[in-house]
Amino acid sequence: MALRGFANSAVALVRSRCTSSVATTAPAAVSFRVGGLGLRASSSSSSASEEKTVFGGLSDEDRIFTNLYGKHDPFIKGALARGDWYKTKELVQMGPDWIVEEMKASGLRGRGGAGFPSGLKWSFMPKVSDGRPSYLVVNADESEPGTCKDREIMRQDPHKLIEGCLIAGTAMRARAGYIYIRGEYYAERKALEQALKEAYDRGFLGKNACGSGKDFDLVVHYGAGAYICGEETALIESLEGKTGKPRLKPPFPAGVGLFGCPTTVTNVETVAVAPTILRRGADWFASFGRPNNRGTKLFCISGHVNKPCTVEEEMSISLRELIEKHCGGVRGGWDNLLAVIPGGSSTPLLPKSICDDVLMDFDALKSSGSGLGTAAVIVMDKSTDVVDAIARLSYFYKHESCGQCTPCREGTGWLYKMMQRMQTGDARVEEIDQLWELTKQIEGHTICALGDAAAWPVQGLIRHMRPELEKRINAYSADAANKAKEIAK
Amino acid sequence: MSVASMSMWCRASCRASSLSLLVGGSTGPLLGGIHNNALVRTLSSSSASAAATPAAAAAVAPEEPPPVEVFVNGESVQVPKGVSVMQACDAAGVDVPRFCYHQRLSIAGNCRMCLVEVTKSPKPVASCAMPIMPGMQIHTETPLVKKAREGVMEFLLANHPLDCPICDQGGECDLQDMSMAYGSDRGRFVEEKRAVEDKNLGPLVKTVMTRCIHCTRCVRFATEVAGVHDLGVTGRGGSAEIGTYLEKALTSEMSGNVIDLCPVGALTSKPYAFTARSWELRPTESVDATDGIGASIRVDARGHEVMRIVPRLNESVNEEWIGDRGRFSYDGLRRQRLDAPYVRGEKGAPLRKATWKDALEAAAHGLRSTPSTKLMAVAGKLADAESICALKDLMAMYDGQNLQVEGVTPSSDAADVRSSYVFNSTLERIEEADAILLVGTDLRKEAPLLNSRLRRSAVYDCVPVASVGPDVDLTYPKKDLGDSAKAIDDLLSGASAFRAVLDGASKPAIIVGAHVLSRPDAYGVLSKCVQLANDVGCVSGDWNGYNVLHECAGRVAALDLGFVPGPKADVATAPGFVYLMNADDEATLASIPEDAFVVYQGHHGDAGAARANVVLPGAAYTEKGATYVNTEGRVQRTKRAVPPPGSAREDWEVVRALSEVAGLALPYDDVDGLRVRMAEVSPTFASVDSVQQSTIWLNGSTYAASKGSSKASTAPFTSSISNYFQADVIGRSSKTMARCVETRGEMYAKTHDVGSTLGELGEPSAHPLGD
Repeated sequence: MALRGFANSAVALVRSRCTSSVATTAPAAVSFRVGGLGLRASSSSSSASEEKTVFGGLSDEDRIFTNLYGKHDPFIKGALARGDWYKTKELVQMGPDWIVEEMKASGLRGRGGAGFPSGLKWSFMPKVSDGRPSYLVVNADESEPGTCKDREIMRQDPHKLIEGCLIAGTAMRARAGYIYIRGEYYAERKALEQALKEAYDRGFLGKNACGSGKDFDLVVHYGAGAYICGEETALIESLEGKTGKPRLKPPFPAGVGLFGCPTTVTNVETVAVAPTILRRGADWFASFGRPNNRGTKLFCISGHVNKPCTVEEEMSISLRELIEKHCGGVRGGWDNLLAVIPGGSSTPLLPKSICDDVLMDFDALKSSGSGLGTAAVIVMDKSTDVVDAIARLSYFYKHESCGQCTPCREGTGWLYKMMQRMQTGDARVEEIDQLWELTKQIEGHTICALGDAAAWPVQGLIRHMRPELEKRINAYSADAANKAKEIAK
Repeated sequence: MSVASMSMWCRASCRASSLSLLVGGSTGPLLGGIHNNALVRTLSSSSASAAATPAAAAAVAPEEPPPVEVFVNGESVQVPKGVSVMQACDAAGVDVPRFCYHQRLSIAGNCRMCLVEVTKSPKPVASCAMPIMPGMQIHTETPLVKKAREGVMEFLLANHPLDCPICDQGGECDLQDMSMAYGSDRGRFVEEKRAVEDKNLGPLVKTVMTRCIHCTRCVRFATEVAGVHDLGVTGRGGSAEIGTYLEKALTSEMSGNVIDLCPVGALTSKPYAFTARSWELRPTESVDATDGIGASIRVDARGHEVMRIVPRLNESVNEEWIGDRGRFSYDGLRRQRLDAPYVRGEKGAPLRKATWKDALEAAAHGLRSTPSTKLMAVAGKLADAESICALKDLMAMYDGQNLQVEGVTPSSDAADVRSSYVFNSTLERIEEADAILLVGTDLRKEAPLLNSRLRRSAVYDCVPVASVGPDVDLTYPKKDLGDSAKAIDDLLSGASAFRAVLDGASKPAIIVGAHVLSRPDAYGVLSKCVQLANDVGCVSGDWNGYNVLHECAGRVAALDLGFVPGPKADVATAPGFVYLMNADDEATLASIPEDAFVVYQGHHGDAGAARANVVLPGAAYTEKGATYVNTEGRVQRTKRAVPPPGSAREDWEVVRALSEVAGLALPYDDVDGLRVRMAEVSPTFASVDSVQQSTIWLNGSTYAASKGSSKASTAPFTSSISNYFQADVIGRSSKTMARCVETRGEMYAKTHDVGSTLGELGEPSAHPLGD
């Protein structure tokens, strides 16, 4: 009843015209829809019969992050102009169940890399407290190499995140939220803190947040800069003041998390898109992307493209369109492409043959043997020493392994040492198979996913670039044989 | 908030307890937060206590949930709800390899050796950390599991130095054993191996850190059981190292246990280093006689030498730990030994080696020629029950009534009521106490094993502990109420706030240290303690929380055998003949007049022998099959691991021989006859390895009748042990113990004295640890 009543009394909860260049606050369109607050001007529809087959070309009015490039005021005035904090009170008062249902209906999958359905994840939090408080923890320890989306949100649109925290915190019945931000993000932290202060000053947070009757506090906590602290349980450990080493699961954080209390750890982008989804309606969000891969997404394209950028696009956009439309194409043209790492350093690379027509979403990339991860696209053209590139990633994972469990502690170092030899070719061809086996010995046997993350890039390299490895080994041994001959002479 | 949720809170922030929250939440808070095997133990014991005190039990132990059926390799097995997959495998008799898992420590889940396959999980799971689900299918023999374990083993061996031939762990190494099952006969690791600098952890624990597999058992032991935050992991990834960060010795009195815990040769025994291989040793299962706990030990000997001492499993006494003195003072068994009888010719002359015949005749002469009122015998801290019984009988033949127990203020009725001098609650059940008062004791020095049990109660179950006595760090929070009898008066009158805590507890406990027994005002203090025990309800139903903690092995047996002044004895009379049975205490020796004829029987040439006119060499606890009674009254028997040195003999035989030489032979010719006699004197000696509970609580009335007039002085309470490592003659003769004392002294100097010295020298007051 409450739901319907709210829908009936709803005025437009979002500005319908909001481009990246011009922000207006005038609500333009009003529609009534039972089961959601979807009010949008865009023409896309989510009915199954009209399922889209072409993706991409997200229009400006459908962008969530309208200050991604920092052209406007990132703080409270600009944020209000962009529509943040608009009717947040009503959203909060709709209650946790409604928020969770809307999030489920929107099809949003976690933007931190694993792609777990967000509504479902939020629904794991206890509905009735056993005396312990619940906590929201926002993972702003954006450390995956290649990924630079959360920092843009925190720098240019911090109020989206803060408002999202209130919404997500409401959905989780959390009393307080913690934003764990990596130590290296100085400017982002400062922006976030300023925005937080503004939110408190205006009564958006704290006691009776936004006048909704809900108390919600938010704390920004700085990490010291460790990749592993982006793993949710390591993040919780770090937040508790201990060394950031992942915990065993089960129990999962939703049962026993921060300070032993029910906790959900979510990515910055996931939280930041929530208010807009609720304001514009779940089926607006669900109208983008293929089934099971709904919504819009921030893509961070770096490497050998003409204009590296972070851009919000529709899910399931083709990789080629993403690169050519937003990044000015691959350096030296599409045919100069060697390989792409599509989702941050931990996802296996894809060779050009796959890149030609692969779609950028969770399922398509998974079926291609890689993953969407954080949607950090690293483009490598033919000038790249791909073995060196992957060896550098192996070094990264060796450096960032927490050293707690055996396969990761011993395996990442071993991988790196072998990759160093692979780079020069100082190895035997059989050792390529050994390398493959080692990655399989690490993968799936560790406490957290860092072991998998270390194994996958090497697996991708062997899967798609084995001839390159063999070529180097053969060249090296031929060279060594020649030298031996000369010495013999 | 109930007790249950409080204790869960207490553990919630401990990451170790993450499983136990899951586990303990469903089965009851009694489950020790850190050791989930307590689960099985508690489940079985809670049913017993529930029958006795239903109300109290209901408050802490909810109904036992029905067992859960799981399938291990297809075989059905019933296990308690909430146990881990590994425990289910253990219950099914299926072996799961493990390095980091230890049933008494929190779960780390980091070695990844215990991976098994369970249905509906695409990846193998760490069985130590995964709780069971009803109907779960567990597979331990599949190719996936085998491959996973082989992979982990290969990783563990990759950076391991493989120096088994020179490793002291060789032959008893988990890594070595498991590499036989899961290792390859050749390695594929051709890269440079990692090497780690060794750490200096003091004189007891030797480190070869390159061998470390980072299971963190030692870290968890130090933090959770020993309660000292000495060890930790620094660095990360391949650079992770176990260490103390700043170089320092371990400060725990039970640090040696990390040697047993270490599954590889990274932590080994420093005194034992390179002295023997494990397969050369002859194990003898025995009992530790260096303190009042009486831990179960295994004495490993080679030839005539004790090479090392390690603990045995005994849930009711020592779990599986032993203190450092019990473990490392064995080198004292080889030094300063009395290997022949000695006789002092005349007053002031040195002791001269003598034959047994001459020595016994000299002693017999002294015994016969002294009037019975001037005969005195003292049972020392290391005396065994057999020799005490024989000595008592011998003295009785000559009507010598002045019998004294070292460390107990003489009183003819000190031994009348057994519950007045033993640890009534028993060591195992002290963990049931919900409020604890310590009187005149430093548990960390007197009984580190008991201290670790109390730590578990205090830290994981939030049991309030208060102390009247020395202000020392017990490794857990305790309230200091003062250090004199006035604090007990305050508790009696209700002026002290802790009185309300004791009153509110359903199973309060009072632990009285041995120091109190030795005070001149012992009976004044004790009657106050007993009064308090009565007032706060320490004794109710099957719970007796009035506990006396003895710091040595010989005392309870002596009291059980009634080795106290007889009715005609006048303890004030200066003795003319003194028989010291293993008695070396300064206080004992100081009370002997200069002209007294002293016979010392014992195994070390220490203070007692130096004072003696005749020295009769006896056997140490590793060299005889002797009976000791621990502080809770548990009768235990040692076994002979090595023969006594030279012409030394088992102690009761010496007394028996003396009786014969003196003319009145004791009526038993073998030890069995003597033990029949002991059981006659005190029936507790009839059953070995068990505690005969005192069902009668007479103390209140007894003390009121006989000791009511005794007053307590205001002298401060201290501990009966000032120097943990050198508390007995064996420890005083041990080089290892001397090194420990030296190291502790240096550490103390580092943190306390150096700064002030620098100040006196006019240097800037730099921190002793420097830049």
